[in-house]
Amino acid sequence: MQRLLNDPDDIVDETVAGFLRAHRDLVRLSDANPRVVLSHGCGEKGRVGIVTGGGSGHEPAFIGYTGRNLVDAVAVGELFSSPTAKAFLEAIRAADGGEGVAVLYGNYAGDNMNVKMAARMAAKEGIRVLTVVANDDVCSAPQAERGLRRGVAGEILMWKVGGACAARGASLEDVQKVAQAAIDATRSVGVGLAPCTLPANGKPNFEIAPGKMEIGIGHHGEPGTDVVELLPANDVADRMLDIILADHQLEAGDEVCVLLSGLGATPVNELYVLYDRVESQLETREIRVHRSFVGNYFTSLEMMGATLTVMKLDPQLKELIDMEAESPGLTVRAKS
Amino acid sequence: MTGFANAGSGIVVRGIAEAVVSNRAWLSEIDGKIGDGDHGNNMAKGFARAAERIGDGDRLDAAFATVTDVLMGEIGGSMGPLYGMFFSDMADVVADEEVIDPALFARMLAAGCEGVMAIGEAKAGDKCLLDALVPAVAAAEETASEGFPVMLAAMRQAATDGRDSTKDMIARIGRASRLGERSRGVLDAGAASCCLILHALADGVEKRLT
Repeated sequence: MQRLLNDPDDIVDETVAGFLRAHRDLVRLSDANPRVVLSHGCGEKGRVGIVTGGGSGHEPAFIGYTGRNLVDAVAVGELFSSPTAKAFLEAIRAADGGEGVAVLYGNYAGDNMNVKMAARMAAKEGIRVLTVVANDDVCSAPQAERGLRRGVAGEILMWKVGGACAARGASLEDVQKVAQAAIDATRSVGVGLAPCTLPANGKPNFEIAPGKMEIGIGHHGEPGTDVVELLPANDVADRMLDIILADHQLEAGDEVCVLLSGLGATPVNELYVLYDRVESQLETREIRVHRSFVGNYFTSLEMMGATLTVMKLDPQLKELIDMEAESPGLTVRAKS
Repeated sequence: MTGFANAGSGIVVRGIAEAVVSNRAWLSEIDGKIGDGDHGNNMAKGFARAAERIGDGDRLDAAFATVTDVLMGEIGGSMGPLYGMFFSDMADVVADEEVIDPALFARMLAAGCEGVMAIGEAKAGDKCLLDALVPAVAAAEETASEGFPVMLAAMRQAATDGRDSTKDMIARIGRASRLGERSRGVLDAGAASCCLILHALADGVEKRLT
């Protein structure tokens, strides 16, 4: 295992420590819980708070989206493992500025339970909490069972929209509604080329044979729908886009936001190769890319591969996606 | 009906922790086949921390509460809340009792099982820890009148059979549930850890009886 490690059991604490040092202009640690990261604007009076959280190993997700007009408080879990209910609760407490808190997170069994428990405890303390559960990963369940699908990189666009909406002073109910609309308008698909290894395990979690790729793979290596020969990049891009378009009603004249993220070990230049093809294929369908994000936005340790996320924009989502935001993982400047 | 003293039985929970820690790699390996491979690591981390905080003279309920605190406050994942509820609801049943007899022990297990079902959304047959726990609880309830040796043997056997039954199941809960047919042929990691815990609990109780 060629990894930069001290004691594998300390990796999350050390990740958080380094992250806080590197981004102290944008974030700080909660005084009450060492597994909760806060933006400097967290808990601002009169504004709805935005909370998320998830397992570590996906950096810059989740902590990297803590910042201005984005997420206020993030609960940090062990590698690939949900944060505790106590961490979610502390994040909710910190983010509450009196107008309630929207917890926007991904559909995983552990996160569902821990958020549920935290929301219950927060309610007892008089904090209003509403949730939105991201389920953008197309291949994780059939369309008829969308509620079972996992949340993946589409969560970033949900946070972007929810954070922007809250920054404008919207009510908790409106923030929930628009964050739900954001994830409903978003589809993602992943392709894995090589597996990832949890340092404490020391060997890969799953296998992808050399020369093969796994289509529809999840963010923790959850098996996808097909294992096929590794295709040229343009064919991979086409296949990913086809899966999204088959699930998502997009028509000529539509505008979209595209996020193409590496899974950790794929060179960034290869992401641009994929992106070139994705955008050109959208162009031939007369679907216009209004804004794009290409890079390592939501990784899975050192998995090789990429996820493609497409959000269909309406005027409201477009405005919220375009609003200025600043965080270690994502900075958006107003379009000139 | 003979029983064992609640006082000083926290040591039983240390035995459970040892069993979990020594099976860390095995649990992660099973989990890695259809889950994300973190089960052994997180369970071992949680139980090792809890064991350090259990004193020699601790009562059984106090030791259960220590496990719950660590799992719910420091470990998280899916197993944090599930096992957290298991141990906290077991602790509630015995907290005011000085002697734990077989009937009380069976009631304690049943309460833990209900706690797991209340926080999760799974049921037996979903390929989850309940597939080991539910039959073990039933076996304990059925044999409680025959005394600890018979009851603990029945509970162990039911837990083992329950764990092994998950191999042919299709997962209907958790990350593996998205695999459908592909989740067949592998043990469920939660059922495996639950079986380990129940065996270690039985071993520990047996030692307290002598």
